[in-house]
Amino acid sequence: MPADESVVEITDLVFRWPRQHAPCLDVPQLCLARGEHTFLHGPSGCGKSTLLSLIAGVATPTTGRVALLGQDLGRLSSRRRDALRADHIGYIFQQFNLVPYLSALDNVLLACRFSTSRRARVEAGGASLRAEAERLLRRLDVSADLWRASAATLSVGQQQRVAAARALIGGPALIIADEPTSALDGERQQAFLDLLLAEANGVGATVLFVSHDHRLAASFDRNLALPQINRAAGGEGVCAI
Amino acid sequence: MRYLITLAARSAWNRRLALGMTMVSIALATALLLSIAHLRHDAREGFAQSVAGTDLIVGARASPVQLMLYAVFRIGDPSQNMRWASARKLARHPAVAWSIPLSLGDSHHGFPVLGTSADYFAHFGYGDRQKLRFETGKPFESVFDAVLGAEVARKLHYQSGQKIVLTHGAGVLAGAEHADKPFTVVGILAPTGTPVDRTVHISLAGMEAIHLDWQGGAPVPGFSIPPEQVKKFDLTPKVITALLIGLKQRGDVFAMQRAIAEDPDEPLMGVMPGVTLDQLWEVVGQCEKVLLLVSWLVALVGLGGLVAVMLVGLDARRRELAILRAVGARPRTLLTLLALEGVAVTLGGMLAGVALLAGVLPVAAPWVQAHYGIALSGFSLNGDEWVLLGWILFAGCVASLLPGLRAYRIALADGLMPRL
Repeated sequence: MPADESVVEITDLVFRWPRQHAPCLDVPQLCLARGEHTFLHGPSGCGKSTLLSLIAGVATPTTGRVALLGQDLGRLSSRRRDALRADHIGYIFQQFNLVPYLSALDNVLLACRFSTSRRARVEAGGASLRAEAERLLRRLDVSADLWRASAATLSVGQQQRVAAARALIGGPALIIADEPTSALDGERQQAFLDLLLAEANGVGATVLFVSHDHRLAASFDRNLALPQINRAAGGEGVCAI
Repeated sequence: MRYLITLAARSAWNRRLALGMTMVSIALATALLLSIAHLRHDAREGFAQSVAGTDLIVGARASPVQLMLYAVFRIGDPSQNMRWASARKLARHPAVAWSIPLSLGDSHHGFPVLGTSADYFAHFGYGDRQKLRFETGKPFESVFDAVLGAEVARKLHYQSGQKIVLTHGAGVLAGAEHADKPFTVVGILAPTGTPVDRTVHISLAGMEAIHLDWQGGAPVPGFSIPPEQVKKFDLTPKVITALLIGLKQRGDVFAMQRAIAEDPDEPLMGVMPGVTLDQLWEVVGQCEKVLLLVSWLVALVGLGGLVAVMLVGLDARRRELAILRAVGARPRTLLTLLALEGVAVTLGGMLAGVALLAGVLPVAAPWVQAHYGIALSGFSLNGDEWVLLGWILFAGCVASLLPGLRAYRIALADGLMPRL
């Protein structure tokens, strides 16, 4: 795949929830270039989460095209979309990112369980899965005594950093972070963001970071306001479900 | 798939209390179902095996089932006695090959005492027309000789030569012991798996002798006959409980039955064991069907509990499902995850139930035999019981699909945004 190709390419996207008349998203054009770090903001209910679901392939556009690494997600079977997400997307939620009954380490390794290509990429780097997971946890400042602790016993900040390690393992092309810092206090937000972006740079991953906290925008290559690219009437409120 | 099993196991362990309780209820339901099946099987076997080769059981006219239960199985209410004279007359009937008098009423440590004749050891058949066999010793000869069934000897640790004291009646009244006339064990029978094992056999003369100085169920005050003196008395019985008859020609059985019914001296009846056993089974069979139905309902309640516990747990697991979706798990994978959990809990419960039964059976068997006369066989799963287990597992699989399908629908509806 050529280096200049877009990781995400959206053209003439219209998305309408079932049984709703007005479209929630109407995005004529959006490209995320390889390695690009984008800050996406907008008021709640403006369709940010819906847009992320479309890019992650758990929802498909009503009309138009959402392509991940050149593949039109709308044309793929749900099996292929799930496989594509497993292979190429690292996803970080706002909070409660971890499976409570698995250890921190197992939560990181979880990303490799559903994707052979992630496993293969880690092993191609010459490290065992466990060693790579430990390396990432260390890089993200999760101390070794917490690795085997049950995820439920970790603090919110520790959980988010473990989630970041899971998103990063196996070097996916795209990291989607859906307000991952909103549960953290001020100074920890920036520290988390710095770690995440540094590691994403390390694997050359594209980052789509959603937040409504504009103070964080300075760290990104690109600053996007969803209401500005979304032509859906009013935008606001329609996407809230 | 292997990771999925690990994941399901870790997840289940995380909710072990609720799932454990569910497993216990499935275990109890399984044990209940299996024990009912086991009991039914053994009861039917035991009933069918208890008497063989006997063409007619003769007793005072009453309910055939009651006579059968009392004379052969030694359970239920005592039936009315028949006169010894009538028994003698029947024994001399030209169609009769052999006859065995049975006289019941006393007990020894809860085991029934049977007064009979030496013909018992020669002609009584059980199971597949097998005859009684002596483990040690020989049939009784003198008045105070006793022959023990295998279980009596084993339970009470008796050996040949030992002196034993019989109790009047079923042993519920204190002080009603025939302590003045102890019996000597002269023989012990080999195990038969029938009520014979639980019986103390004495001669009719012995039975008569211990009651010489008794009247109306109690010793006559101030009157006692020492054992050395009993031979001076007439030890011919006046009445017996029942008479087993073997015919020379089996074809004569209906004619014989009619002749017994029409006896002008005493109102008697002749009961064909096979027919009466069938009647008995019709009664017991209804009961057993209801029992089986109830135990299936218990099993369904257990599985219903499983579904409920898993469905309730599922709402709390919506985030977990979204996380798994985010790392690439397919909705179908989540269905499998949930179904695996349900099947595992069902299987675990079933195994625990089987283990429970295997543990309880040896403890319960003597009690069941003592109270209901059913000889429970040792623990083993027969074909019917395997089929039963298969059905429980099948029902468990179907039940597990419900939470699985719900997880599938949640996965599709929520995507990466769990609605909580």
